[in-house]
Amino acid sequence: MNAWARFRRNRLALVGLVLVVVLAGSAALAPWLAPYDPARQSLVEKRTKPGAKYVLGADEFGRDILSRVIYGSRVALLVGVLSALIAVVGGLLLGTVAGFAGGWLDAVMMRGIEILLAFPYLLLALAIVAALGTGALNTTIAVGIWGVPAVTRIVRASVLALRETEYVGAARALGAPVTALLRRHILPNIVPSLIVYATLFMANAILLEAALSFLGLGVQPPTASWGLMVSTGRDVLLVAPHVATVPGLAIMVAVLAFNLVGDGLRDALDPRLRGSA
Amino acid sequence: MLTFIVRRLLLAVPVLLGVVFVVMLTVDLLPGDAVSLMLGEHATKDAVAKLRDHLGLDKPFVVRYLEYVARVARGDLGRSIQQNRPVAAELADAWPATLELTVAALLIATVAGIAAGVASAVWPNSFFDAVARLGSLFGLSMPIFWTGLVLIVVFSLWLNWLPVGGAGSLNHLVLPAVTLALPSVAMVSRMTRSAVLDVLREDYVRTARAKGLGELWVLGRHALRNAFIPILTLLGLQSGQLMGGAVLTETVFAWPGLGRLMVKAIFARDYVLLQGAVLLFALAFVIVNLLVDLSYGLLDPRIGRQG
Repeated sequence: MNAWARFRRNRLALVGLVLVVVLAGSAALAPWLAPYDPARQSLVEKRTKPGAKYVLGADEFGRDILSRVIYGSRVALLVGVLSALIAVVGGLLLGTVAGFAGGWLDAVMMRGIEILLAFPYLLLALAIVAALGTGALNTTIAVGIWGVPAVTRIVRASVLALRETEYVGAARALGAPVTALLRRHILPNIVPSLIVYATLFMANAILLEAALSFLGLGVQPPTASWGLMVSTGRDVLLVAPHVATVPGLAIMVAVLAFNLVGDGLRDALDPRLRGSA
Repeated sequence: MLTFIVRRLLLAVPVLLGVVFVVMLTVDLLPGDAVSLMLGEHATKDAVAKLRDHLGLDKPFVVRYLEYVARVARGDLGRSIQQNRPVAAELADAWPATLELTVAALLIATVAGIAAGVASAVWPNSFFDAVARLGSLFGLSMPIFWTGLVLIVVFSLWLNWLPVGGAGSLNHLVLPAVTLALPSVAMVSRMTRSAVLDVLREDYVRTARAKGLGELWVLGRHALRNAFIPILTLLGLQSGQLMGGAVLTETVFAWPGLGRLMVKAIFARDYVLLQGAVLLFALAFVIVNLLVDLSYGLLDPRIGRQG
């Protein structure tokens, strides 16, 4: 049975896929889908409860929450995709170098990776943001760097395993350059695990971006970022709970979507891992 | 046993040196003049020069790094820029609150996660199993700062059962600890379920059942003991998640701990304080994982201590 057939039989994964398509659609079509300009303020209507005019209510500045949630999907997906790209490309480079070089270079690089992994979750990203400063671009970089160590480990492990196989040995003996080895033999073998990792990483990247923005250290106002919206809503939590809680639902749905698709892909692409947690 | 502990602690030293290096390096890459940023645009030239000198910023990076490490080795973490107090004193004020919060969350995660996971594994594909698995999917997808706010709305605003924030009593601890624990409950129950399912397929479980032992005895004496090793490893890794999550939870509930101190330090560009706080977190993470390694030997006598 091929991977798609296995994926299709997983109902939860299909739900996730539909949600991801909806998210991508709302990000792409935001200007047409959003009923209002996400930055339009109407102070007399501030903290309006969800109703006929504002389906999900209005925030502290009388901005339409639905429109801001729709525009927020752009920030979440953009940061997620770009940071996943940084993590995968960075990890591919470092993992290949470490795996092929071996010896002291490999040892030094792996100690470095261990050091990055010794940072409890969120703290490495916080340290990077503290140095680079806030903003969407720096947040993306911080989230991306946070993902590099794990990819490096995946890539290095497969390079080490494949390096010893006879066909790679034969290709090397024939004088194939490292780039050709990588493209012809190593990459095809690790693409499935990288796709699975990148999908699950997207879920974590969206969570991390939201967390940084919530702390005021990520995407800056007036950009519509979900984490930032929760943070603004927090100030009026006890008078208008919907301002903070509605955008949080969007974060949860997006993260859930990528988690479901990632789990489904893992079961479909990597039969060895099927059934594990 | 003692040599094992000492060896593991010594192995942790280069990692911690590396953590300090990375944090100092990121701060060093900061664009613009850190000191002018810290003091604001109205600072006098004199004040800027004084602070630069105090922080040793005119020296090369390597010298500053070595000096910092030498001072830390003597227990001197420097003085915070904002409060002009010893960093060690500021950390000492904040860490008990964070310890209380993370330990409470770890307890909740362990008890609730293992209980839910075992029940799921004992009755696989039951109604409870379906609910627990769906619940853990949501638990892993909810941003905890949002969970915290939702719990405040429900339990403080609507039901008026628990305080909105602050610290000081057991009532204050309930909401932050539950908030922080939820993603870990989800992870632990998932892991427990699959670990117990694996063990229940083993021959020795069949043997135990065959000789007529009660199901509870089989579970407690044979299955759980063996399933504990992967669960314990996960709990060690989860402690890192909890420390990071504490930064968010403390912000939501105005909990006076290290996480809030760190966020304040970042906003104030107080890098001396930030370095100290990150170092303390990393040290705690290393120690927790050392404890996890040590307990493997207690659970499974086959795992030697020569390590």
